Amino acid sequence: MEPKKHEMPSQAPEVRAHNFKEVALGYTAEIAVEEAKRCLNCKNQPCVDVCPVNISIPEFISHIKEGDFEAAYQVITRTSSLPAVCGRVCPQEKQCESKCTMGIKFEPVGIGRLERFVADYHNENYKGEPVRPASNGHRVAVVGSGPSGLTCAGDLAKKGYEVTVYEALHKAGGVLIYGIPEFRLPKSIVAKEIDGLKALGVDFETNVVIGKTLTIDELFERGFEAVFVGSGAGLPNFLGIPGESLKGVYSANEFLTRSNLMKAYLDDPTTPIMKGGNVAVVGAGNVAMDAARTALRLGAENVYIVYRRSMEELPARKEEVEHAMEEGIQFKLLNNPVEILSYENPDDKKDPKNGSIKAIKCIKMELGEPDEKGRRKPVPIKDSEWEIPVDTVVIAIGTSPNPLIKKTTKGLEVNSRGGIIVNEDGLTSRDSVYAGGDAVTGAATVISAMGAGKTAAAAIDEQLKNK
Amino acid sequence: MYKIVSRRSLRPTLTMIEVEAPLVAAKAKPGQFIILRVDEEGERIPLTVSHCDLEKGTVRVIFQVVGATTVKLNNVPEGGYIQDFVGPLGNATETDGIKKVCIVGGGVGCAIALPVAEEFHRLGAEVTSIAGFRNKDLVILEDEFKACSDRLFIMTDDGSYGREGNVTVPLREILSSGEKFDMIIVTGPLVMMKFTVLTAKEFDAPITASMAPIMIDGTGMCGGCRLILHKDGKDVTAFACVDGPDFNGYEIDFDNAISRSRMYNEYERHAYDEACNLFKKA
Repeated sequence: MEPKKHEMPSQAPEVRAHNFKEVALGYTAEIAVEEAKRCLNCKNQPCVDVCPVNISIPEFISHIKEGDFEAAYQVITRTSSLPAVCGRVCPQEKQCESKCTMGIKFEPVGIGRLERFVADYHNENYKGEPVRPASNGHRVAVVGSGPSGLTCAGDLAKKGYEVTVYEALHKAGGVLIYGIPEFRLPKSIVAKEIDGLKALGVDFETNVVIGKTLTIDELFERGFEAVFVGSGAGLPNFLGIPGESLKGVYSANEFLTRSNLMKAYLDDPTTPIMKGGNVAVVGAGNVAMDAARTALRLGAENVYIVYRRSMEELPARKEEVEHAMEEGIQFKLLNNPVEILSYENPDDKKDPKNGSIKAIKCIKMELGEPDEKGRRKPVPIKDSEWEIPVDTVVIAIGTSPNPLIKKTTKGLEVNSRGGIIVNEDGLTSRDSVYAGGDAVTGAATVISAMGAGKTAAAAIDEQLKNK
Repeated sequence: MYKIVSRRSLRPTLTMIEVEAPLVAAKAKPGQFIILRVDEEGERIPLTVSHCDLEKGTVRVIFQVVGATTVKLNNVPEGGYIQDFVGPLGNATETDGIKKVCIVGGGVGCAIALPVAEEFHRLGAEVTSIAGFRNKDLVILEDEFKACSDRLFIMTDDGSYGREGNVTVPLREILSSGEKFDMIIVTGPLVMMKFTVLTAKEFDAPITASMAPIMIDGTGMCGGCRLILHKDGKDVTAFACVDGPDFNGYEIDFDNAISRSRMYNEYERHAYDEACNLFKKA
């Protein structure tokens, strides 16, 4: 038995650090079959239980072993609506692969890589048109076209519901479009998934801000019988330290949106972005890795990840951290920013550089006692302040749910952090209004949002089918 | 796609367009804004709603031709289409309990101030309007302001029209006479707003400033439009798109807002030159 996962063919670090093309190139059919053979096809299927959408993993892998890739795809799409996306962005090491029996003694099976292979194979080779199911006459509105909304819409459309997805931005896809960069998730893949939903009859209405252009109540007046709210990440969190409003300080949302959605990464963009120089990214989740690697590709000389805990607590997906390190991102761990220092020219008040960033001042940290969650708490080391000279700072420390819908929807209850409160079916405090994804949980993963969209779709179906 | 049903040039660099967007027209209130994109590759620019026609389902906006995008927008003909148009965004100007109001507009900011003045007039409030411009050639919307104001002061910096001086001159005169407003609402360039607020402060007069910082999504997602507010001795971050665009003038850190507004100046100048060259060639 091969003890290690088959390696993922990838662009070399020194090459990819200067382009926005996808980093991981995907398994070939030969590698996929060989990797599939590592699966023990366990009876108890521990991997399936930890998958947020319970993909029948050993079953699809056994089809790969036989070389029947389309059959493998059909198994995955029974429960997952976005396999090409999840194969790329799921934190498999914390989910399916964490429970893989092979992983006890060896490396786990590369489940994510196999999922991606199967989805890409289907997208390239399958020629049939998706069959649009007959309408069951029920209408459902979905707010937001990110992973939870797309999943909910897809599941309902497959059952014959007439689904309209409302998107506030000018392009559908939510975080898959504005947030996750091209080099990790090519936009053509997201576009393909959305086209697939359109073929199923899902209607996409961009440029509609629910809570502003239309309210949830108006959606019901328009004849929708249920509403799913997947409005996603909202207001970016800031550190609350001096200097955070200097020129050149971005939230990760803004930095990534400028680069991804507004295409500032192209040579001749219409939307500007600060390029080059030295960049500090504060935070160490997937979004922070995306921002750091984007900054590098935009031409930064030095890119730093500034994180107050250590590598062990670092929340990003393992593969992203490895990729970032290979590309030369510098990790300044156990450092907490205390101030962003500004450039001021005392002799020239009109110097255009006044009010821009000179450095980020950090204090060194050490890990103290574990907190209630068992994570060791970072404690500042006295008098250990130091400065990193930078030109741009990107704050990537999470978001708080968007307030627009809550403000305009009577009776919709939210928790102290602004997240919409739902029951186990995704039902909110309002009749026939469901919610899921970051709007409920605060910043989390694509797959957990998909799981929530799926749960809500099942509950909506249960509610409406007997009406 | 959204149709431009009519367009009118107010001045060589100031244009008014009416865009077909029935959902927005049905909802927009004075003080709110929209975001538009001219074409598929275009940037998102926020513009304040100047007027809505419910019957025609149209929204009127006024824009100054200052950058690459507004040059492009100015070249879309009547009957032509723009790619995206979304709104209404931000909160409507607070009108509750305000019976006597002073509307202060500076330059193109008058286009934003006008619908607010009209709304107060419609609600039966006593409206004093002060509109300031650099010179006679730049005066806009005088008749419209006349129609909705109980009292109107037109000011020019060089005295070429109306009275000479900036908007703080008549404001100070009125306030020093002991006259009080329930609210002063100022819209215009940041520096002009800063000094109007300082003038109001001398008299403890309540003042609201309408902010228009750089933004992308306009729904609270990007945080680019953030401002610093001084609240109870603390610095608080606020987002113009969801918390504003109107803020208590006393709380706004104008110097920071001025600095942030210049973040992309160099880039803009370059892009503007390129866009102009493009249209000159065409």
